[in-house]
Amino acid sequence: MSDLTANSPVEDVRSSYMDMTRKKRAYNAIMLAIFVALMAAGFVTADDRNAGGFWDGLHQLFDFPAEVLGEASGKLAEMPAHFVKFFPSLVETINIAGASTLLGAIVAIFLSLLATNGLARWPRLIPLFRRMMDIMRAIPEIVIALVLIFVLGGGPVPAMIAIAFHTSGALGKLFSEVNENASLKPVEGLQSVGASWAQRMVLGVMPQVSPNYLSYALLRFEINIRASAILGFVGAGGIGYDLKNAMSWGKGQYDEAAAIFLLLFGAIVLVDQISSILRHRLTHGAHMEATL
Amino acid sequence: MLKIENLTKTFGSVNAVDNISFTVDRPMMIGVIGASGAGKSTMLRMLNQLETATSGKITVEGRDITGLKGADKRRWQRDCAMIFQQFNLVPRMDVVSNVLHGTLNKRSTLATMFNLYPSEDIHKAIDILDRLGIAAHAAKRAEALSGGQQQRVAIARAIMQDPKIVLADEPIASLDPMNAQIVMDDLRRIHDEDGRMVIANLHTLDTARRYCDRVIGMRMGRIVFDGTPEQLTTGVARDIYGADASFSEAATSTSLDALEREAALA
Repeated sequence: MSDLTANSPVEDVRSSYMDMTRKKRAYNAIMLAIFVALMAAGFVTADDRNAGGFWDGLHQLFDFPAEVLGEASGKLAEMPAHFVKFFPSLVETINIAGASTLLGAIVAIFLSLLATNGLARWPRLIPLFRRMMDIMRAIPEIVIALVLIFVLGGGPVPAMIAIAFHTSGALGKLFSEVNENASLKPVEGLQSVGASWAQRMVLGVMPQVSPNYLSYALLRFEINIRASAILGFVGAGGIGYDLKNAMSWGKGQYDEAAAIFLLLFGAIVLVDQISSILRHRLTHGAHMEATL
Repeated sequence: MLKIENLTKTFGSVNAVDNISFTVDRPMMIGVIGASGAGKSTMLRMLNQLETATSGKITVEGRDITGLKGADKRRWQRDCAMIFQQFNLVPRMDVVSNVLHGTLNKRSTLATMFNLYPSEDIHKAIDILDRLGIAAHAAKRAEALSGGQQQRVAIARAIMQDPKIVLADEPIASLDPMNAQIVMDDLRRIHDEDGRMVIANLHTLDTARRYCDRVIGMRMGRIVFDGTPEQLTTGVARDIYGADASFSEAATSTSLDALEREAALA
């Protein structure tokens, strides 16, 4: 036991601790002041640059939704027909999201394994794979989609590639965090019997991490549905394209816009619910296994 | 001062604590012994209101504390400090802040969230740490301290609450014999010098005999022994733990004295 206290008078401890506390409080106060100043300055700048002005536009915030709702409620009878008309576009959007999530997840698994300490095939290349994932994550889907649409022409394929690219980076990061928490003991056990790297990963790591992988992939699927709907605006097809048309034609088409909103909203809620049930079952199932 | 009447706690179909009653008329140091699962922890947790009693009544100085809720309950918890086996400190905060947590109930939520405490409280916290011999570690993070030191920080937090009753749930079960002795000495001092009631769950009989004024033995949720340390013979201990004649205290003792006693006998 280190009992240094006998020689150190309480007064010294008191004054040094009070000094430390005062210093901490001063830093915190300065940080708070800077934070408030930045918030205020940022708001003023944004408000100045805004074409309309924040305060002038604020009361008009609900004008557009009110107009859409008003028109849609006037043509309620046409709603079922609109749903039937736009359902194929919704399927296309979900299709884009599903394919890109699957493709992105497969790439992410490889990238994440190559970027995890203790698991990597080439430990020296870990920084390279990590930076690759950073870059893939950093480029927004819409930028890749715009470039690809320019090269390949409009359609679902460029959107799929764009979302898959971003998904690989985002999921790779999450997967590699899951990998960090995996136990290396089974991997070492497999290494001791002479298993190859691929065998160690598939047989030693995958059983540990697959529930978490699946959970993150489902979460990403939800995000990708929204992303693929947005990409429709720039000509990638799907329900976003229809929504853009309905909205840009303006008055008279707002009932279609409302129908598309409802479809999209319903689809996202549905996927959200299903995936949260699935994810709950996955973690709950893992828990059951642990206690058995 | 403390009166427990027909206290029962049921988890599912199991009675963790089964209809226990006892009275303590003056502040004393009480040791509760018994095998794992005998209901010792559950009883202490009900006293602190971390656990709600299924039925029965706990009265402290004439006031029923069993059904307290919200602010009243938190006010009671301030008067009834708890020390845990695994210390339950905030590992990434410094030692003095951890001790100052003892004042959370009487300070405003907003000020404490920004870690702002009055200077006299800070001085008092450091004095308590000095009294327990760990003032030199005041500015360190709690996680940087050894187990024995962390438990003393937990005791300092308890003293900071200025409680009527100090509850200790297996306070020395995670400590080596030397630190265990220091921590038990500290708990005894809280009783001797400050006149507070101390109730400690213990898992070694010699600790209970050496430090406590009164020993309560529990088995399967019931009180099977209640008496002075002198009355706690090996035969009684066998009954408490449901052990047979092969049971020997010294075999599992963690006290340094027990080794000496063994050596003296040999």
